[in-house]
Amino acid sequence: MAEMKTVPLHELHQSLGAKIVPFAGFEMPVRYTSDLEEHHTVRQGVGVFDVSHMGEFVLRGPGALELIQRVSANDASLLYDGKVQYSYLPNHQGGVVDDLLVYRSHASEYYLVVNASNIEKDWNWIMSHNTDGVEMENLSDRLCLLAVQGPKALATIQKLTDLDLTNIEYYSFRTGTVAGIDDVIVSATGYTGAGGFELYVKNEKARALWEAIFEAGAEFGIKPVGLGARDTLRLEMGYCLYGNDIDDTTSPLEAGLGWVTKFTKDFVNAEQLKAQKEAGLQRKLVGFEMIDRGIPRSHYTLTDAEGNAIGEVTSGTQSPTLQKGIGMGYVPLAYSKPGTELYVKVRDRLLKAQVVKLPFVK
Amino acid sequence: MEFPEELKYTKDHEWVRLEGDVALVGITDHAQHELGDIVYVDVNTIGQTLAQNEVFGSVEAVKTVSDLYLPIAGEVLEINPELDSNPELVNTDPYGQGWMIRVQVSEPSEADALMSADEYKQFIGA
Repeated sequence: MAEMKTVPLHELHQSLGAKIVPFAGFEMPVRYTSDLEEHHTVRQGVGVFDVSHMGEFVLRGPGALELIQRVSANDASLLYDGKVQYSYLPNHQGGVVDDLLVYRSHASEYYLVVNASNIEKDWNWIMSHNTDGVEMENLSDRLCLLAVQGPKALATIQKLTDLDLTNIEYYSFRTGTVAGIDDVIVSATGYTGAGGFELYVKNEKARALWEAIFEAGAEFGIKPVGLGARDTLRLEMGYCLYGNDIDDTTSPLEAGLGWVTKFTKDFVNAEQLKAQKEAGLQRKLVGFEMIDRGIPRSHYTLTDAEGNAIGEVTSGTQSPTLQKGIGMGYVPLAYSKPGTELYVKVRDRLLKAQVVKLPFVK
Repeated sequence: MEFPEELKYTKDHEWVRLEGDVALVGITDHAQHELGDIVYVDVNTIGQTLAQNEVFGSVEAVKTVSDLYLPIAGEVLEINPELDSNPELVNTDPYGQGWMIRVQVSEPSEADALMSADEYKQFIGA
């Protein structure tokens, strides 16, 4: 096992009383006070996640777009300056190398934001397709990423910048001065469904930015939020987590990523995925809510009413908003319709659940 | 962090409060702190007679689930009825209102082998 990395603000998190756990090769704050409190803070007010473990690559040059088009399934030619796109990198075996965000700063410069656990894998994968000498730079160790999320995020950050944040549409970004710090990327994205912004800032300015954000958000009861609440927030929205719901072996189409799979262009493994789509999917990633009292957890078995295994839970938790167990998992097509009853094997018992439309929390 | 003197402790972080041949069982302040917010205490062994260290239920936190081990052999008489709607009592008052089960103890002397408050403190490095 490689040595754990820390994020640049590690000591700050410790001084705030965070419980630190290993995650994706990093020592990360999982909670500061309470998972539930932090969750509700983001849904109702504003919270800040330090997700500096995430990876950032920049691709430059006239061939950058073509390279991105080749390795990713979504159509990056639809991007314009300041626009962000969710996408994924398909592999040759019908699975997913990673899911990611693609940022276009201008026609020949793109930022890719990837999962921490996959930084090296993604870098090598993209590099192996870089036959036209696109300039690639790995900024992962130089940038911090602070996700300021919740209905009060805009009011908080607006105090710190001349950028008109109301003009930054969902899934777009601007680069500007925030809290007197130049070149901060302000991105209207997030992994919570609560609205807000993600701020990319140079390591050496991260602490000053963090402090300015907390001062600005004090009147809204701003709080630091850990990975525990990040997971319950994203799961309430039905967002996939790489390593849980999607991985090198899962079909992106079965995972519901068909909407970012554009067969109107050519990309890695497009033929096989197209054939899979035309042949019809065998199973699908669905969301389900518990009817019986219980909490689904990843790797629990999903069964039919007779207890025959039909799949496995990929993510599960008690929803802090709905106050009941929710989960996702792959099931045969016949069990994928909303309203379908299925069972979760929790320890030695079969507990009833029902398939629901995502997101869990509207 | 608190560790009441009159309780006995296990290495699985349960406590037992013995009164004659009836005992209350819960988890320690240290355990609730490590688990985070408790959202469900799942006990389906009511009416069963279990041996010492047998699993009597599970405690579900937001992020994790842990088995609960009976510190002392006996019959599980009841689960704390308050926990159904207020599982967070395990966090806020782990040795009081957050007790988990009441047990009819088979052999009260089994408690002698459990850890004292001081021994438990040392065990967890507190």
